[in-house]
Amino acid sequence: MPEPIIRVEELTARYGGRTVFDRVSFEVGRGEVFVILGGSGCGKSTLLKHMIGLYTPFSGHIWIDGEDVTGAEGDAKRAILSKLGVMYQSGALFGSMTLLENVMLPMEEFTDLPPDARSLIARTKLKMVQLEGFEDFMPAEISGGMKKRAAIARAMALDPEILFLDEPSAGLDPITSAELDQTILELSRNLGVTFVIVTHELPSIYTIADRVIMLDKETKGIVATGPPAELRDRSDNPWVRRFFRREAGGEAAEVSA
Amino acid sequence: MLWPVAAMASPAPERVPSASVRVDGDAAGSVRLVLEGRLDAGRAGSVWGEALERARECEADPLVVDCSAIDYCDGAGASILVALRELQEARGRRLEVRGLREEFARILALIEPSGEAAPAPPSKREGLLVALGRSSLGFFAELRSLVVFTGEITVCLGRALRHPRSIRFRDVVVVAERAGIGAIPIIALVGFLLGLILAFQSAVSLQRFGAQIFVADFIGIAMFRELGPLMAAILLTARSGSAFAAEIGTMKVNEEIDALTTMGLEPVRFLVIPRVLAAVLVIPALILLMDLAGVVGGLAMFLTLDYPVVTFWNRVVEATSPGDLLGGLFKGAVYGVIVAAVGCLRGTETGTGASAVGESTTSAVVSGIVLIAVTAAIFSIVFYVLGI
Repeated sequence: MPEPIIRVEELTARYGGRTVFDRVSFEVGRGEVFVILGGSGCGKSTLLKHMIGLYTPFSGHIWIDGEDVTGAEGDAKRAILSKLGVMYQSGALFGSMTLLENVMLPMEEFTDLPPDARSLIARTKLKMVQLEGFEDFMPAEISGGMKKRAAIARAMALDPEILFLDEPSAGLDPITSAELDQTILELSRNLGVTFVIVTHELPSIYTIADRVIMLDKETKGIVATGPPAELRDRSDNPWVRRFFRREAGGEAAEVSA
Repeated sequence: MLWPVAAMASPAPERVPSASVRVDGDAAGSVRLVLEGRLDAGRAGSVWGEALERARECEADPLVVDCSAIDYCDGAGASILVALRELQEARGRRLEVRGLREEFARILALIEPSGEAAPAPPSKREGLLVALGRSSLGFFAELRSLVVFTGEITVCLGRALRHPRSIRFRDVVVVAERAGIGAIPIIALVGFLLGLILAFQSAVSLQRFGAQIFVADFIGIAMFRELGPLMAAILLTARSGSAFAAEIGTMKVNEEIDALTTMGLEPVRFLVIPRVLAAVLVIPALILLMDLAGVVGGLAMFLTLDYPVVTFWNRVVEATSPGDLLGGLFKGAVYGVIVAAVGCLRGTETGTGASAVGESTTSAVVSGIVLIAVTAAIFSIVFYVLGI
């Protein structure tokens, strides 16, 4: 694994008195495409939201590029967040702004770039995700896949070192999903961006993931770590093998067996 | 045809094979329940009650249910058998299903609960004391969030005034236009009618004493000091406070607020401050319009008492002072902050799902109006004590 850029240490999350995951630790290498996997309700999105500083953990720490996200406040937190870009499950584009304005917004707030330069950079970002010609469209006027790509362009606006994607392929047709995978691979290879992705889509995982971790609802921890093909073929955990082979009949409880 | 789909969906009654239930006895004296016909979702209801009733009347153990005459059975039909079994179990007896075709038995196996019954969920009923405690905690949590939010807005407003460039003026203008120009027709109409109604009601009493000329004084004082600001604020709550809650609530549901936060943009500065500033900027204009419309409404009635316009105008000017108007505008500015802040607070408190947006919108209007009424009462007392 390359030098770690994210380090999650003994992270515990609780929600309404219920433990979502317990003392989870892992590292994400610089430039890696890292995928968080697991059954429904095991806390994948919760883990992601902890990593981007939206939720405060019950205990444990998250270090991003040597800075502790969990204890950061105010300007220190903003400095850490400026290294991140996040794409939410729904895209979360601002509905009252055009795609171009959405992408320009982070630059407007955090850079001294003149308007012409902001517009030019935003256009190149949209071109990067194959949305050239849609700059003046409102989010409501474009398809779900385009929204997700536009959200990636916005997340890329300040050239962050790490991109977090929450279910990027959910609800997309296979072709659009494959195009999105290509975009992720290109950004990863060409710009060296680190990706942390929550997804269920097995074809996507095999295409893009360098390494995955699997969370489990029953044990509330990580049950497997490694490259996806290796886990599918060589994992000693029957539930993990079944997950990768999409076989029915496995109860999550068997994991602990 | 108005409802072609419904009409087509209703088959001719005589062609529908019906379902029935009857109790049958054999030569040996044993009793069995016979289910017949087509037990599908559309017909199961017609035999459900009767089947359970007949089963209750039977004392047999096990109760035999003869299903050999069932032509068709789906999940709803099979549920009758599940209900019968549960009834028998509740009475400490057994049920024996006979003659059920294999394809229907498979459906029964799918819906029949397997193994031991899950423990019943704990009762949601709680004692009066617990309910009282819970609602008190809820009230204090609500109060706390209101105080925290007010503090956040104050800090953010202070910072915005020190660094005016951080204010998103474009958003302020857009919100002000929607909340202000869009409200002109309704403010003018309500103001005019309010003035008219007040004039009519006061004239009825004042005429008895020959003092109907004081209708003008009454309209002027009431509109400028109290009713103009109050009604303008209530209309602003209904039109814009609700809109703020719905907009921000929808943004919360769509994760746009999360997106703002992770982009390092504070939602309070980005969303709340422009709305608060817009409301404070717009409400004085709305109050002036409301006052003017109210006075015109009062004048319209006053003219029917055969007084000239100039008399009305002189009375209004004499009875009121610039202080009344300015006091009203000051109250209005405070109401404006309340309307915008409560609307935004309710928006940020929105839970998940579309119904949550509706709830926060309703809550924004209700709590906005309540807070305005309470503040108006406090203002009345303070102004009275200060002799303003």
